[in-house]
Amino acid sequence: MARKVSTGRKIGMTILAWAVGLLIFFPILWTFLTSFKTELAAISIPPQFVSFDWTLENYEAIQTQSNYFHFMMNSIILALGSTALGLIFAIPAAWAMAFSPTKRTKDILLWMLSTKMLPAVGVLIPIYLLFIRFGLLDSRLGLIVVLFLINLPIMVWMLYTYFKEIPVDILEAARMDGATLRQEITKVLAPMAVPGIASTVLLNVILSWNEAFWTLNLTTSSAAPLTAFIASFSSPQGNFYAKLSAASMLAIAPILIVGWFSQKQLVRGLTFGAVK
Amino acid sequence: MGQIQLRSVRKAFGDVVIIPDLDLKIEEGEFVVFVGPSGCGKSTLLRLIAGLEDTTSGTIEIDGVDATGLPPAQRRLAMVFQSYALYPHMSVRKNIAFPLMMAKMDKAQIKARVDNAAKILNLDSYIDRRPGQLSGGQRQRVAIGRAIVREPAAFLFDEPLSNLDAALRVGMRLEISELHQRLKTTMVYVTHDQVEAMTMADKIVVLRAGNIEQVGSPLELYSNPRNTFVAGFIGSPKMNLIGGAEAKKYNAHTIGVRPEHVRISTGEGLWTGVVKVSEHLGSDTFLHVDSPVSDEPLTVRADGEFPVKHGDRISMTPQDDKIHRFDAEGLAVR
Repeated sequence: MARKVSTGRKIGMTILAWAVGLLIFFPILWTFLTSFKTELAAISIPPQFVSFDWTLENYEAIQTQSNYFHFMMNSIILALGSTALGLIFAIPAAWAMAFSPTKRTKDILLWMLSTKMLPAVGVLIPIYLLFIRFGLLDSRLGLIVVLFLINLPIMVWMLYTYFKEIPVDILEAARMDGATLRQEITKVLAPMAVPGIASTVLLNVILSWNEAFWTLNLTTSSAAPLTAFIASFSSPQGNFYAKLSAASMLAIAPILIVGWFSQKQLVRGLTFGAVK
Repeated sequence: MGQIQLRSVRKAFGDVVIIPDLDLKIEEGEFVVFVGPSGCGKSTLLRLIAGLEDTTSGTIEIDGVDATGLPPAQRRLAMVFQSYALYPHMSVRKNIAFPLMMAKMDKAQIKARVDNAAKILNLDSYIDRRPGQLSGGQRQRVAIGRAIVREPAAFLFDEPLSNLDAALRVGMRLEISELHQRLKTTMVYVTHDQVEAMTMADKIVVLRAGNIEQVGSPLELYSNPRNTFVAGFIGSPKMNLIGGAEAKKYNAHTIGVRPEHVRISTGEGLWTGVVKVSEHLGSDTFLHVDSPVSDEPLTVRADGEFPVKHGDRISMTPQDDKIHRFDAEGLAVR
């Protein structure tokens, strides 16, 4: 039976929900507004909301100061590269764990996830040394591998929960029908798991895009993505908040747009398997 | 084509033995039904034949060729699953064509075969739909269609009707029987429903705990059950099994009488009892009777119009030539 909710309570809850929503959204809104202010207006007290002189000078300035598209290309290459590499490994791994589980499958999954709980800085030195040794510093390849490895546990987990929902009968039917192992995965399992794979890809692209620890530590310029681009605007002479905001907006805009249009997929992906 | 021979087949999952040691020969063109209570190993046996499980030991021959080590696709068997196991992302046409596409058959030939299967099974009107848009019965037809296009050596059915509602089940039962008449291909059919077994099978294999209890035609099993398990499992309602003093009179440890082999009257008779429940089905009436001859209530069949109700006293006389006698081990005494 549906619970009765009074109108007053409904209004109260709506206001609260909006308040929480705005609170979470506020930093992005503020960055957006600041990016259109002059440097002076950006640090004025009391802060100005909309009653300032809107200007595009920050966007122009950062275009001349550094090459935005160079960083964005790197971000795209790193995000897509690490995701593609991740799928190649995560799909077969999740397939094996979902459809031929052993007594230890759950333990392996937990162990994989536990690596995510390790502080990244704990392995910075060894990885840095390895990068020097193999000449991978400031290379896209090196970063793709690192981003792929740090996100792999999450990809396997997500795909595993999706695959678990697919009846094994259907794969067995494909086996009876003469599908090879590869055809079973590419023609039957993957098409059925498209929503799951899509949200895994999406989340992974976002995580790779936003990753700032390894990208900042292992790159200088040629492989540097947008995270490095933002960081380059917090300068030692003091922060230029308006320019920093403009840089941040440019860095987050692509992923913000992608995220906005795929909200449904994302929410489904993150909560999949939670119910039922 | 379509002869299957199992020799000393054993299947164990770790320490759990599902099938201890089983020999069975399925003749070409036969409709064989594996029947037994849940957990008796009938589905496992089917999956062993299909190649979806590996035997622990023993061999499986198909048409005289050892298929024990062959992968499922190379055994030339087609399987229909309980859940239908259709490919949800493909249209009905693609579903049916899938095995032929895997076999790299040319397009024109695939189309001809799919059209033919669709005609046999009346799938034409929904050939371009997805499985999600079909009813249970239609899905089952598609699953059968996917099996017949391959022209396999034998069909394997794993409880194909148990997800359908009762009315549809009867209809599909007839369709599968007709299909068998028409194709004359070996069919191996697993069910826990003895009515399906009785109505469809040329040969019934009754299984319990991975062992074959009896193999025979439906009527053989009905008239000459080898032991009390088969006697109780085949026939509906089930056979009355009576032990103790009453069985001694017949020189047996247990005697069995089917509900339909008892004459009932309100006058004199061999046994007497009090009606506990009477189930009127229209054509028949089944009476559950408490009687001093048996600890369990006896089930007997009367005419549809037999006028009895709860608490009535009746007498029952079993037909002499229809009494089954069993020894202390439960084996039939002939």
